[in-house]
Amino acid sequence: MVEVLKSGLFSTIQDLGRFGFQRYGVPFSGAMDAYSSKIANTVLGNNENDAVLEITMTGPRLLFKTQTVICLTGADLSPKLNDVSISLNKAIKVKAGGVLSFGKLNYGYRCYLAVLGGFQSESVMESKSMFSNVTKANKIAVGDSLKINTASIFNLEHNATLKVNTNHFKSKTIEVFEGPEFESLSDSQKALLFNQEFSVSQLNNRMAYQLNEKLENNLAQIITSMVLPGTIQLTPSGKLIVLMRDCQTTGGYPRVLHLNELSISRLAQKKPNEKIRLKLLKQ
Amino acid sequence: MDFNLKYKAYGECSILIEWPNEINEIILEDVLIFKNSIANNYVKEVVEINNAYNSILIICKFTIDNINDEILALKSIYFNRKKVGHRNQLLWKIPVCYDAFFGIDLEEISAQKKLSKSAIIKLHSQAIYTVFFVGFLPGFLYLGGLDNQLHFPRKSSPRMEVKKGAVAIGEHQTGIYPNVSPGGWNIIGNSPIEFFDVSKDEPCFAKSGDKIQFYPISLNEHKAISELVALESYELESEVING
Repeated sequence: MVEVLKSGLFSTIQDLGRFGFQRYGVPFSGAMDAYSSKIANTVLGNNENDAVLEITMTGPRLLFKTQTVICLTGADLSPKLNDVSISLNKAIKVKAGGVLSFGKLNYGYRCYLAVLGGFQSESVMESKSMFSNVTKANKIAVGDSLKINTASIFNLEHNATLKVNTNHFKSKTIEVFEGPEFESLSDSQKALLFNQEFSVSQLNNRMAYQLNEKLENNLAQIITSMVLPGTIQLTPSGKLIVLMRDCQTTGGYPRVLHLNELSISRLAQKKPNEKIRLKLLKQ
Repeated sequence: MDFNLKYKAYGECSILIEWPNEINEIILEDVLIFKNSIANNYVKEVVEINNAYNSILIICKFTIDNINDEILALKSIYFNRKKVGHRNQLLWKIPVCYDAFFGIDLEEISAQKKLSKSAIIKLHSQAIYTVFFVGFLPGFLYLGGLDNQLHFPRKSSPRMEVKKGAVAIGEHQTGIYPNVSPGGWNIIGNSPIEFFDVSKDEPCFAKSGDKIQFYPISLNEHKAISELVALESYELESEVING
């Protein structure tokens, strides 16, 4: 068990998502930065779909009641085990009674905590990813007991720190494909999309990231159709909205661009006001 | 009749198929027949095939290497599609309490539209609605067939919290909020039944192509049905409408 002493800003259990239930209006969900959550599981020799704790901006305080091995990836939130700083991207033994805490955010926005064997929380529709009205809770709360397996063998063979591509956190480049309504844009609108920097708005969550800069347009709304995580919608008022992992299954705004999978993960590590630059990929 | 369809790559793993820009049941019928044919004949491993009013999205398990090959395969499936193995369509009878306790916007619609509340209830419950698809929220049905006389604009500022089961009108659409959520539609009643139940094998009873009809119930009946629903012993009425 892991007892939640403090919840942090928004900490939520996620695997890689809930697939095959869009026809019921159920979003995919899953780790916002799937790239980092896979690394955390890989370091521990877990299945890459095992459930991890996604920690956003401000970390929780967690008491381990059973011994295990953990790995933290993604954002650097100055993690400490029993008040001693620990490394990211490395397997770390935790004894029963160990307290994991976090401090200052140095880079990135979301940190991933994997435990040996993954978090053993309830699985609904083939996934442990938390989402309102699908799972009982959409985030962890003070007093929660998170179920984990007790690691029986307590010797770590692989002691190496994994080298993570820091470009994932530093690069401004977000790679996109043309979206289904891209051709409705004028040449000058297309040029504006790729020749200027955009920045992440304060309005960002697991459902969507809004961008601060607008793109004037007079595109008509579309007949409600399917949308996917990574789709960039353009609203009549010119707002660009990047849909993220918890996005609705359908929408009525023109879908002008679509992020590739790695860029969704990359954008998930951007803080409000951080700059991005869109780069068009040919399909 | 064959429609002129558009096929587009959508992201790394998905293919979008689009019909002409219209909402009608002829298109829905063709969408559902093609969707069924894809499910039966498309060789690529798919995660899910989903549809909306005039579109199908095929989400593949792996990255699509050559979109043109996939489009050719899909076109061939379209031209050979047959209306076989199409699931029976059902008409679901949905109880709705239109009492002022739930129907908090009935008064305003009545005043603006110069229609009595009982006329609104009659128009709303005599129509047979088509379920086009489920989207927006888990268990939210996109319904077609609202009487023109009941079209009513969305509220200028949405409510922060709409009750679970709220039956509402927004522009030319009517729908039921499957769970508590913010919402900008005008609330005319409440249904005590579950529109999304994760504990069931089929979390939503209604599917794309099914029909829905509402019938008015009293506050007491609403309470009684709610209790049965909570005990999981309420049986929703339905009938097969096509063979």
